[in-house]
Amino acid sequence: MVFVQDMLLWLQDTDVATAIRESDLLFPAVETVHVLAIALVVGTIAQVDLRLLGFGFRGRTVAELTRAVLPWTLGSFLLASVTGALLFASNPVHYFANGPFRLKFLLLLLAGGNAALFHLLGRRPVAARLSGAVSLCCWVAIIASGRWIGFTLQ
Amino acid sequence: MIPAFCNWLAETRISAALGRVEWVVPGVQSVHLLLIAAVMGAVLFLGLRLLGLHGTAESVAVAARRLLPVIWGGVAGLGATGAVLIVAEPARELTNPAFGCKMLLLGLMLLVTLHVQRQLSRAPGRVWGAVTLIGWVGILAAGRWIAYTQVL
Repeated sequence: MVFVQDMLLWLQDTDVATAIRESDLLFPAVETVHVLAIALVVGTIAQVDLRLLGFGFRGRTVAELTRAVLPWTLGSFLLASVTGALLFASNPVHYFANGPFRLKFLLLLLAGGNAALFHLLGRRPVAARLSGAVSLCCWVAIIASGRWIGFTLQ
Repeated sequence: MIPAFCNWLAETRISAALGRVEWVVPGVQSVHLLLIAAVMGAVLFLGLRLLGLHGTAESVAVAARRLLPVIWGGVAGLGATGAVLIVAEPARELTNPAFGCKMLLLGLMLLVTLHVQRQLSRAPGRVWGAVTLIGWVGILAAGRWIAYTQVL
């Protein structure tokens, strides 16, 4: 754990982290892009999840829908990761110790594992429905735990 | 007048009740964010389709018939959850310049969306795609900025 703390302190002292921490404008600006990116991740993936569950978006097949939607989900996720890393760097020791922050990462792993399983196990209807439900629940909880970070961060 | 209204609202029983339960504001904000995600997901594909940059296998009208109900339904839910947040902490929003910007932009974008909806049979111009994408991103940004421009 000493090693982890050293890494966090090193990150905190980098120029980028210091700039975000000490500017009145940079943190909210990066955070705004982070929120936009998350909204796009969840707003796009929810269209696929709801389609898998059989609610709405029925005009196209699942395959057509995922081909149209998922590149935008992945691009938005990349943007959310980069901006999230910048926010984390501005105050790494406290984010790392924050309960909702850790929960959010656990849920991200779960959502990622679920998505990987869906692509590996293919398109059997029951599995697809279950996968859509798990994905939707994960992303709802990710948004809630992310919002909770702002109320609990030291 | 607005500060007086804030004070009156903050002293109502319902505002006090919402303020006493500490999970109400973060919980309702989380639902508000989920609805923002739903709206932004629909806005993304509507804006791109209007611009002709994505999903051109479908007509604008077909895409809009799928996406517009998500936007209108989402906005209705956002109004309801937003109202709860205002009652819980009136001065945080009602005396806040970022909130004023957000409401102004929202009003404009509702008119733009209505305009697009009415033009569907004649294929709305591409410019409305750009206006849709930029306008809704602006609403989201102004909303996030409420936390940083509190006056009281």
